[in-house]
Amino acid sequence: MMSLYSMFSAIELGLIYSLMVLGLFVSYRVLNIPDLTVDGSFTLGAAVAVVFTLNGHPVLGMFLAAAAGGVAGLTTAFLQTKMKIQPILAGIITMTGLYSINLMVMDNKANLPITSEQSLYTAFGSLVGKDVQGVLLSGIIAAAVAVFLIIFFNTPVGLTIRATGDNEEMVRSSSIDAHVTKSIGLALSNACVALSGAMIAQYNCYAEVRMGIGMVVIGLASLIIGEIAVDLLVKNKSILTSAIAAIVGSVLYRLIIAQALEMNFSASGLKLITAIIVALAMSYPAIKEMIELSKVRKAGKQNVGD
Amino acid sequence: MLEIRNLSKTFYAGTVNEKTAIDRLNLQVKDGEFITVIGSNGAGKSTLFHLIAGSLLPNSGNIYLDGQEITFLPEHKRARQIGRIFQDPMRGTAPCMTVEENMALSYLRAKKRNFRFGISKEDRAFFQEQLAMLHLGLEDRMKSPIGLLSGGQRQAISLLMCTMVTPKLLLLDEHTAALDPSTAQKVLTITQETVQKNHITTMMITHDIEAALRLGTRTIMMGGGKIIMDISGKEREEMTVPKLLEQFRERSQDSVFSDRMLLSEK
Repeated sequence: MMSLYSMFSAIELGLIYSLMVLGLFVSYRVLNIPDLTVDGSFTLGAAVAVVFTLNGHPVLGMFLAAAAGGVAGLTTAFLQTKMKIQPILAGIITMTGLYSINLMVMDNKANLPITSEQSLYTAFGSLVGKDVQGVLLSGIIAAAVAVFLIIFFNTPVGLTIRATGDNEEMVRSSSIDAHVTKSIGLALSNACVALSGAMIAQYNCYAEVRMGIGMVVIGLASLIIGEIAVDLLVKNKSILTSAIAAIVGSVLYRLIIAQALEMNFSASGLKLITAIIVALAMSYPAIKEMIELSKVRKAGKQNVGD
Repeated sequence: MLEIRNLSKTFYAGTVNEKTAIDRLNLQVKDGEFITVIGSNGAGKSTLFHLIAGSLLPNSGNIYLDGQEITFLPEHKRARQIGRIFQDPMRGTAPCMTVEENMALSYLRAKKRNFRFGISKEDRAFFQEQLAMLHLGLEDRMKSPIGLLSGGQRQAISLLMCTMVTPKLLLLDEHTAALDPSTAQKVLTITQETVQKNHITTMMITHDIEAALRLGTRTIMMGGGKIIMDISGKEREEMTVPKLLEQFRERSQDSVFSDRMLLSEK
């Protein structure tokens, strides 16, 4: 069994990464676009947050990190809509470009640290007490973003974004510009992702240029784990249950990883574990179908026997 | 109302597959007219609709709606004035969203209130009232994802969504062809009622020649990207299905004949 300490920090991490998972939920589930910008916009958020913290504006840095992520999302959206580049490629192009941009933001250093005194977490800890600040601050921000998304996707604009992912043709014939809805969605998605990166930078007290690599896969794994967990409890899917699923999934994923680390899995083996989790989670619907089919077959055979 | 001047659309121009789908077509549609469009496959009926709605752009010619030129206006901007329903019931609605959410979406054309939570009570009551008029029991299923409804139900809702905010022009592209006969009949009846009640200028493509003569006020036949027959008023009233079929055959034979002429000339 894992120690209380590692469980606690897994929950903290899960809550921070849940912002990134919420972002992926917006692009992958709502808009139905596999958006690989995420790997770059996550680091971008971290880089912006750290640079502004070093200049004495940590809170402003968080907002600007989200804004920078939004711009990254808009870039991908522009490539996809106006330039008609395939969604996956558009994301890869932006992500590739962002690698250099992130380095530039970080003054060409691969690793840019802040002192723990400068971190927002320390500042927040002096307000609420030293042991709970991680869970509290991460939880509050994750909940705030989730509530915002739930409200947003129930406004008319949010409705048009959801419809774009569901049936783009219908959206266009309802006099809505699908390019605009996609752009808003991708900007929002990457703003969440960048905010997540900024929080991680505050939590770890550094930004590192490679920290976003593999984020898409981690995000998808978390998203699907959460969906499976919530699917077992409630049957009616809505934006509310999906947002909860994203947060729950992110925390569960971190707990699984923490457990794997406890079992003396080397850190270098983590990617393999992630890949296996994603593959398993992604094949969940197919596996479920197979099990149900075999049940039907068995019942059928018994009927013949009777 | 709608005026089409010298409209042409050629696919794959300059290749061996070159195909002129619409050939210098002219058409004037009067306010409140209900035109049924018939013609064999490949006659250019659907292409004409695509050009009017803006999902395809013409090579030459102009389209005017209510005096305003719309030839190259983006599709979503025309959609404010042009309602459109397709053969496939899946195309007109967003399957994962609920009935009321779908209706709220199309109702956005009327109201530009972008930031408010959910669907207002008045709007919901209005949607319910509209659904009740279809007599399909859909008013009790406002919260169901629309993907769970049958094709006929979805098509009826598509029609409602297109006409809830009265469009200047309604384009129906074989919108009952994918439905079973009795459902198709029901949707056609609803169509006629809606169009008459709201006095909507309508064009409807159909392969059901009987329905083409029974419904609407004017019938045009297309062939080879042109209008080869255009009847209305008394001439149309006296037209029967056998007579029309005969003319249809005559005119298509004409084209076969001229093809042979071309071949023999070589």
